Amino acid sequence: MSMPNTNGREIFFGDAIKEALAEELRRDPTVFMLGEDIAEAGTTFKVLNGLVDEFGKDRILDTPISEPGFTGLAVGAAMTGLRPVVDIMFGDFSGLIMDQVANQAAKIHYMSGGKLKVPMVLRTTMGAGRRSAAQHSQSLHAWYSHIPGLKVVVPATPYDAKGLMKSAIRDDNPVVILEDKMMYKTVKGYVPEEEYVIPIGVADVKREGSDITLIATSSMVYVALDAAKMLEEVGINAEVVDPRTLVPLDKQTLVESVKKTSRAIVIDEGYEQYGVTAELASVIADEAFYYLDAPVKRMGAMNVPIPFSPALEDLTIPNAKGVFEMAKSLCNKL
Amino acid sequence: MAQVKAKKSESTSNIDREQLLHMYEQMFKIRAFEEQVNELYQSAKMPGLAHLYIGEEAIAVGMCEALTKEDYITSTHRGHGHCLAKGASIDKMFAELLGKDAGYCHGKGGSMHIADQDTGNLGANAIVGGSSAIATGAAFSSKRLGNGRVAVCFFGEGALGQGLVYESMNMAQLWKLPVIYVCENNLYNEYTHHSESTAGSMKARAEAFGIMAVEVDGQNVREVHETAIKLVERARKGEGPAFMLCNTYRYHGHHVGDIAREYYRPKEEELKWKNDNDPLKNLSSWLTENGLADAGIFEQIESAVSKEVEEAVTFALNAPFPAPEEVTKHVYA
Ligand SMILES: Cc1ncc(C[n+]2csc(CCOP(=O)(O)OP(=O)(O)O)c2C)c(N)n1
Repeated sequence: MSMPNTNGREIFFGDAIKEALAEELRRDPTVFMLGEDIAEAGTTFKVLNGLVDEFGKDRILDTPISEPGFTGLAVGAAMTGLRPVVDIMFGDFSGLIMDQVANQAAKIHYMSGGKLKVPMVLRTTMGAGRRSAAQHSQSLHAWYSHIPGLKVVVPATPYDAKGLMKSAIRDDNPVVILEDKMMYKTVKGYVPEEEYVIPIGVADVKREGSDITLIATSSMVYVALDAAKMLEEVGINAEVVDPRTLVPLDKQTLVESVKKTSRAIVIDEGYEQYGVTAELASVIADEAFYYLDAPVKRMGAMNVPIPFSPALEDLTIPNAKGVFEMAKSLCNKL
Repeated sequence: MAQVKAKKSESTSNIDREQLLHMYEQMFKIRAFEEQVNELYQSAKMPGLAHLYIGEEAIAVGMCEALTKEDYITSTHRGHGHCLAKGASIDKMFAELLGKDAGYCHGKGGSMHIADQDTGNLGANAIVGGSSAIATGAAFSSKRLGNGRVAVCFFGEGALGQGLVYESMNMAQLWKLPVIYVCENNLYNEYTHHSESTAGSMKARAEAFGIMAVEVDGQNVREVHETAIKLVERARKGEGPAFMLCNTYRYHGHHVGDIAREYYRPKEEELKWKNDNDPLKNLSSWLTENGLADAGIFEQIESAVSKEVEEAVTFALNAPFPAPEEVTKHVYA
């Protein structure tokens, strides 16, 4: 996979993340990373390879397999002068750390009447398709998005991942970044040599179109782009909008797009029930209702634990063909 | 680094010859199974990854041979050996690993989630330490229902990082539950030596709760088994939980894709364990030296098991995938 119309240096999604981390580690001595097997092993996905050579084991810290402990330690460190970046190998382990994130990190600034701050980043993964079964395949960004006090970022391109990671590290709030583990070494895209940041809370139109808006997050951006290509062949011009951050949400860009196209499908890899698709669809229904020519549709992961067997797993995630069919029916081109 | 010392004075074993040969067969079955799994991975026939148990066979076998079929176990991401030792059949295991409908979980669980109620296997678990409370809960049921079953909780030393393990142990000792925590110390948590992740003494962790704790040579199936019998007996009599620390080594990578390992553990270390402290060789040499078996017997066992493994793989490879309708089944009971 690679984004259209890029020219210049192209790097992988995982390398863009590593670059952002390296630049921020260099820029700010209070930044440090902690997680399981992140130093010499460079994470289980081999995304951080080499960072320990430059920054040493004090700043690229291998932890015991104690997720709640080291996440909470990061909260305390963030409150007292450091800027930790926590690595939680699989997003599924969110269950283990949720108290420290949702009841502690997210609430401390508010509960203290604005006196205390928790400037930390929590990096974790999402995305099925790796044949890793029910406890290593979930996309749980909706959990974090439910909690006031957390910012939530779901980048789709190397460019976005790098720019948003740098902003996240500089942010004075807890920011959760969910990276699709399947994109680390498959998605390549344009990333300039020179430094840049992307503000948190700004959506991006990944493809312009006039007939229908496909709002897609993370790897689903590529599903939407593939569907858009297929739709083009049947005369439907789809716009693909990537919110990039779920909290804060750039409602305006989403709503403007739908006002223009009058139709929308929301595609996200989290479970469909009570998920991100529901929230985004409600924003459209609320703010673009009188512009709509069709009901807002949503496509998320099936409401089942992710099964191991490839024959079953592939059924659980939205795909381009499904989006194509849905879009065609919304545009009355059956 | 925890060094395993070969015991100078071997106690004369009470375990009879037939049972020892059976344990050899079980260990060989696990090894042959795992070698085949590696082969399936390398030939791209198996979806996803698997964590091989090769090198650690004596622990699962020595422990499970001390249990009845009705007793419970909970297992880990490195769980094939535990499942087989508790009586799982290899054809359904292979079928599960290949995501086939004939597998133990209709292909829904895969390598890290094999469960088999018929053999008391409450499931492998892909969350490190994730089954410590579950095993403790099974022991709680057993005590409440008065059915005399014992629960064995297998986990790697990496799980000692999880707070849940200690919460579980505390309750187990408070309420004198028949649960045995079996800690398989293979020296590494993934790619990190335990000395970089685990402070203090492993055994003392359990002792702090007043739990009976023992350390055994995990490469010596007789020692594991004899200890297991004692701990199971105690638990069954209502004398409470135990912690068994087993010193062992995994021969292969953390998972099948972990090939280049020199950056975290030296090749010489791997060779030393394989050559000097292999659980199968340890048992076969002991049996031979004591005049209880000869090479012919082992060959016989090995060729029978190899044949069984071969047939099971063929069965699994040819078995159909689950039908699409299977995907929405079993979300709720
Ligand atoms: C809660 C949790 N954290 C991290 C992981 C990723 N992980 C899988 S296996 C493993 C290492 C486990 O080491 P150990 O418990 O010693 O078992 P071994 O693999 O050596 O058998 C890790 C960190 C996980 N599965 N669950």
